[in-house]
Amino acid sequence: MRHRISLRVGPVGFRIGSDWRAPIAALDALYRDYPRPDFADYTVRLEATSFWRRWLRPSVQTLGDYHLPDSAPLPLAQGLLAAEMGMNLQVALGHRRHLLLHAAVVARDDRAVLLSGVSGAGKSTLALMLSRRGWRFLGDEFALIDPVSGLAYPFPRPISLKNESLGVIPPDSLTGPHLTGTPKGEVRHVAPDSAAIAAMDVPARPVLVIFPRFGQPLALHGMAPTETFVRLTQASTNYVALGEAGFRALTRLRSDVPAVALDYPDGESGVAAVESIWSQL
Amino acid sequence: MPGPRYRAADAALLIVEPLDIFTAVFHRPSGTTHLLNEPAPQILEMLADAPLDAAALLDRLSRQYQLDEAEGADMLYARLDELEAAGLVDRL
Repeated sequence: MRHRISLRVGPVGFRIGSDWRAPIAALDALYRDYPRPDFADYTVRLEATSFWRRWLRPSVQTLGDYHLPDSAPLPLAQGLLAAEMGMNLQVALGHRRHLLLHAAVVARDDRAVLLSGVSGAGKSTLALMLSRRGWRFLGDEFALIDPVSGLAYPFPRPISLKNESLGVIPPDSLTGPHLTGTPKGEVRHVAPDSAAIAAMDVPARPVLVIFPRFGQPLALHGMAPTETFVRLTQASTNYVALGEAGFRALTRLRSDVPAVALDYPDGESGVAAVESIWSQL
Repeated sequence: MPGPRYRAADAALLIVEPLDIFTAVFHRPSGTTHLLNEPAPQILEMLADAPLDAAALLDRLSRQYQLDEAEGADMLYARLDELEAAGLVDRL
């Protein structure tokens, strides 16, 4: 393709090609501190939906090793979002080296907390806020659990914040463009701090799983083993594909690591609750 | 004429993870995870050592659970059909 960039995030190498320069320039700026590997595990291609749409109302189709055939194209102004979604999709559908859980991960002293939940649960916001309070940021999208060791491997992509969460972006952050009118509303990507990127090959031992739920009165619930097991299977994009290795990794995580459900009304109280639970471990 | 006998799938084909009232069972040949609740895991356990027919199974289950004779038999046949369909029990 005319424009391209290679990036490594934790154990995953990406090659992103584009018909346009702008999305690659945006990636190059946002991923300023990430390695540029020679080898890529996955390819993402940002292509015009037709020859003329490269120039005329340019429209980005996200293709790659894995893609969703019915996904709607995005305007070129949202090219960075298209690339990010394409990178997510490669990992969600293709990655087999780790058990993947939809979760943000933060750690202190290489002991990790997994914040697992659906979109809107507040994973990214909590992870960003915790990373500003001394926690190491390992990722806001996927927890990568090694099936052999049970360790969580960092996958510290830029943090994707949406709508009401945009207000928590620290002013000194390295950010992508403020994207409006996207399928997810307003979106802005925030690069993790350089310490998180520098430590992206250092795994951490999961010691706590939290299922957060934003916008609820503050409440903490214990979870029955079956409920935790089912929610972890639901949070995984590759549990079935991994077969026995997935079952063993997930049952080990369930039996070794305590899990709680946390309802919280806003970011500050969510952060305070996470730190309070942590202090009682 | 005696009814069929049942036996559990070879233990090497199953990974059993007790949770609480549920037990997760991974069936290696299909790669499928089953969540079983009582008394299905107990039925599997009873059929692990040697094949049993439904009457013998019901007799053993009745020692653990308060089972009405008729309803107990209906429940047992329903569970055995499910376990057989899942590949966790074989009918001999």
